[in-house]
Amino acid sequence: MAIEVRIPTILRTYTDGAKQVEGTGSTLAELFTDLEQRHGGLQARLIDQGGLRRFVNVYLNDEDVRFLAGLETPVKDGDTVTVLPAVAGGAR
Amino acid sequence: MGGPGGGLGWVVSGIMLRIPRELYDKIVAHARQDHPDEACGVLAGPAGTDRPERFIAMTNAERSPTFYRFDSAEQFRVWQDMDDKGEEPVVIYHSHTATEAYPSRTDISYASEPGAHYVLVSTRDSEATEFRSYRILDGVVSEEPVTVAE
Repeated sequence: MAIEVRIPTILRTYTDGAKQVEGTGSTLAELFTDLEQRHGGLQARLIDQGGLRRFVNVYLNDEDVRFLAGLETPVKDGDTVTVLPAVAGGAR
Repeated sequence: MGGPGGGLGWVVSGIMLRIPRELYDKIVAHARQDHPDEACGVLAGPAGTDRPERFIAMTNAERSPTFYRFDSAEQFRVWQDMDDKGEEPVVIYHSHTATEAYPSRTDISYASEPGAHYVLVSTRDSEATEFRSYRILDGVVSEEPVTVAE
């Protein structure tokens, strides 16, 4: 068992095109660090010094982790983590 | 009304957006309805076909005349639903309510669906609506012709 992570199109260059990868960890931060071992470069697209990048949405099962505990959100085997780039823009 | 301002790169790549009249009209109606705030949404279509078939108006979580962002929970549900149906976002649209229908720096920096047509609608004129389509890839904007299928 592991944690399933769904990767959006724009980040699949880091996963050899895979739509879904697996990782382990007890928090989201640990999971991302684990993924970085096999998918170098991915972590920097998800987090920066300030934590989760502003225009990346990460969901634990179906909940936005911003409404949970962010990078400290606990994760466990059998969970699904979904990464979606925020869709945003505007005239400003 | 002019082409791209600010000397941004403009690559003509022999692509186009073909959109059914009904979906075109729905986008324009949504943009008019939410004016002066920016309206935004998606046209979903079967993956790999480049055919927009399903209109999905999204909530602009910012409710702003100068910025839009899909509500994150709604985006999750809509993206899951598309995935379940074997669809993808063929078109991502939003409106500019006081400026031309050309991607702003903000639009370009946040563009995150390399396969999508980015449709920009301008409602700055109360009668004539500008409706234009672009590809935005790695910061490069390419305008493409729009064909409305009757």
